[in-house]
Amino acid sequence: MENKIILQASKISIGYILKKERNIIASNIDLSLEKGKLIALIGANGIGKSTLLRTLTGIQKPLSGNVCLNEQDIHKLDSLLLAQNLSVVLTEKLPPSNLTVWELIALGRQPYTNWIGTLTNNDMAKINEAIELTQIEHLISKRHYEISDGQLQIVLIARALAQDTPLIILDEPTTHLDLLHKVVLFKLLKKLTQETGKCILFSTHDIDMAIQLSDEMIIMTPENTLQDQPCNLILKGSFDTLFQDEHIVFDSEKGKFLIS
Amino acid sequence: MQNKNRNILLFSLLTLSLVLLLLLNVSLGSVSIPIKDVFNNLIGGNSSKETWDYIIINYRLPKAMTAILVGMGLAISGLLMQTLFRNPLAGPDVLGLSSGASLGVATVILGAGFLPPVLASVLLSSYGIILASSLGSFLVLLAVLSVSQSLRNTMAILIIGLMFGSLTNAIVGTLTYFSSAEQLQKFTFWSLGNLGNLSWSSIVILSVFVAIGLALSLLNIKPLNALLLGENYARSLGMNYKKSRMLIILATSILTGSITAFAGPIAFIGLAVPHIAKLVFQTSNHTVLFWSTLLLGATIMLICDSISQLSGTDITLPINAVTSMFGAPIVIWLLLRKRKMMN
Repeated sequence: MENKIILQASKISIGYILKKERNIIASNIDLSLEKGKLIALIGANGIGKSTLLRTLTGIQKPLSGNVCLNEQDIHKLDSLLLAQNLSVVLTEKLPPSNLTVWELIALGRQPYTNWIGTLTNNDMAKINEAIELTQIEHLISKRHYEISDGQLQIVLIARALAQDTPLIILDEPTTHLDLLHKVVLFKLLKKLTQETGKCILFSTHDIDMAIQLSDEMIIMTPENTLQDQPCNLILKGSFDTLFQDEHIVFDSEKGKFLIS
Repeated sequence: MQNKNRNILLFSLLTLSLVLLLLLNVSLGSVSIPIKDVFNNLIGGNSSKETWDYIIINYRLPKAMTAILVGMGLAISGLLMQTLFRNPLAGPDVLGLSSGASLGVATVILGAGFLPPVLASVLLSSYGIILASSLGSFLVLLAVLSVSQSLRNTMAILIIGLMFGSLTNAIVGTLTYFSSAEQLQKFTFWSLGNLGNLSWSSIVILSVFVAIGLALSLLNIKPLNALLLGENYARSLGMNYKKSRMLIILATSILTGSITAFAGPIAFIGLAVPHIAKLVFQTSNHTVLFWSTLLLGATIMLICDSISQLSGTDITLPINAVTSMFGAPIVIWLLLRKRKMMN
């Protein structure tokens, strides 16, 4: 049987080394990201979601344990091979430039192109496929600074799709979006995992929506980090410990938080 | 693919105007030589007067070639700096390389009085000055490179470059305070820039350095395009950030260092030309920008040089004054027009 696990983290501790002192943010984390799954990462502000994502994408090393992509240590992988297996959508703003939406998406093909970046027919096909899947045909000739935040977020996802990787990791893709655009984006992510068999991991604060749409969730609390299906997590009462505040109560029947 | 046709048209127009400007540039000067004769001479024949042949081969053509090399090299290093530092106001002088060269030359010219006369006369020859200037910019380059090794932040490198710049300027200022009027005049002339003093053998040396710098830049077109998305995205696309950054800084240093050594510190070309290229070609794709910046750099430097010769008179304006007068208004106009692109 084919191995479904793309990325696996075993017994990792995450954090920083500051002045030779180990500053552990969370430890003993076990995660596995499988093909075709939409996985949401949730947790309160400052709990270490970004640090976890940075560790999983290989930007920083875990303090202990290891992260394996296709059963190989992510820090021993060649940077090109890593780029062919893992693409990211970040929260940072793009620097000023004249790039059009099409050119921005086409940059996703860089891990495959020759030394000067010539696009082959195959590259063109992948770019067009990404544009079709995200339905942004009407945007492709616009400059990247001319479109709205919500549109740009989708364009950046199209860029990650053009990179044609089995795993996509997104850092808070729904911030700054209104309800409608959040729903559009969530549905798009869901559709992508179902139609392309990719694994998509994203961090978010829209917990209600994540519960309804994602296949699995990773919950970070001060005590531990758990990965399971949303309904199992509700049964286990994991959401109750998410915010350490008596005024925020999780209603397990409605699947959402209430303020008392 | 409307863009592609537009680009082809623009490139042909630019190449044509470069050739015409080259002819015009060689024909203009204290003695006017008809363009027809210039053309005949350049394609290997002879013009109608022997003195004209002599002037073209020994004075006008070397100067035009220097202008082309200087324009190309400075413009490309400006383009590299602007993309690497994601800062539209970055230019080859920001890394402190020009200031380093100035320091080297100032030390030689202004400090010569403190040296034994024999050594001083050797150092004050034109080769001594070229050597001092190269050494100065190379030392600043080494300092910037060694600092950048231990810094992850590209902005910090920019600031350190600026600091090296002010530091060397301060030392130059101190040196000028203690120097004689004659020495001061010599240094001032060097700092005004000069395209006309190079022999053919110097031009060969300069073109080798410029060619190396341009080849290095060409190898970095793909990482430069990735950098348009910012450092983190560039890394996620498989780019080796540290290596590429090092190569880009090296290319700029070779270009700026060698050009400043031979032609003096020339202002504004490195800053203004990449902006003009971005405006004319309406793109950020470095495959297009590289060639357009190269052609525009050569063209604009030839125009500046033609203006500085003040045709029909014996006066030659300092090239640095012309490039600044030409460049400063363009940058201001650009900032006002393309506010959106800049910020």
